[in-house]
Amino acid sequence: MQRQVALIKQSLFDQGYLDEQFVELEELQDDANPNFVEEVATLYFKDSARLISNIEQALERGSFDFNRLDNYMHQFKGSSTSIGASKVKTECTMFREYCRVGNAEGCLRTFKQLKKEHATLRKKLEQYFQLARQAGPKETARRPK
Amino acid sequence: MALGDLSSSSTSELHVLAVDDSIVDRKVIERLLRISACKVTTVESGTRALQYLGLDGDKGSSGLKDLKVNLIVTDYSMPGLTGYELLKKIKESSAFREIPVVIMSSENIQPRIEQCMTEGAEDFLLKPVKLADVKRLKELIMRGGEAEQEKTSNLISSPKRILQNNIFFFFIIFFIITIIVIFIV
Repeated sequence: MQRQVALIKQSLFDQGYLDEQFVELEELQDDANPNFVEEVATLYFKDSARLISNIEQALERGSFDFNRLDNYMHQFKGSSTSIGASKVKTECTMFREYCRVGNAEGCLRTFKQLKKEHATLRKKLEQYFQLARQAGPKETARRPK
Repeated sequence: MALGDLSSSSTSELHVLAVDDSIVDRKVIERLLRISACKVTTVESGTRALQYLGLDGDKGSSGLKDLKVNLIVTDYSMPGLTGYELLKKIKESSAFREIPVVIMSSENIQPRIEQCMTEGAEDFLLKPVKLADVKRLKELIMRGGEAEQEKTSNLISSPKRILQNNIFFFFIIFFIITIIVIFIV
């Protein structure tokens, strides 16, 4: 089972869903705080759901307030960076670029992609954490090769 | 490390006030600081930070903190009061201007960094902040505190210090004697 956990984690890195920052967070775990990364991830998904909803409302209004949108995306990018959510971070950067040049179409397209990446990451991490909890604490704290 | 009671705070553990509007980043910085054996208080805005320190002008709020703050770590981009504005307010206050303030930012903007350092920031960290950053920072702050104590203790002859120097000599002599004895035997 632990091998399965390791494989899932490796694939998350190989496919670019997660980056080095995720490993940095895992290294902050110890016996007293064995679920630190899962706790951070939970906070992240709760917070980013709020941001997604705010952005959606802002986009639905039709009048593109690029400043406001960029503001939301700055927050989104920040927390995505902190957890190592690589693909999501990339979409955030692209969205901000479109905001900068005032390209509404680009923003909408990128936002759709961002939501997709976000949902995929959420599912994969939920699966990973569930398996990791079942497998026991040893595997989660190790660096992928 | 405690060379007598020259400072009013415990010299072994730093109390850090961490300011960040991101709940994810607050959790991470708190963990990084706790691992580095610091006491941590987190707040979500510059305004709350000023309230905590008792600097918000509200005469009744000076008693919020129960521990002296040794270091303030703050995000730069925050709604309301930015990290830079918070830094300015702290440096303007006679009570708190000596507290080192470190700015964190996800954006590597040179003019921004210079602006903060000019205003008196101790350091500028790029996010995501790593454990190595925090450890280095802690060492810097502790050394700064020791340097302060060194400065003042050089003016006052501390009996503890003289004793420490003597103990050092005793160890050297003991070591040499041990080596000689080993050679003889």
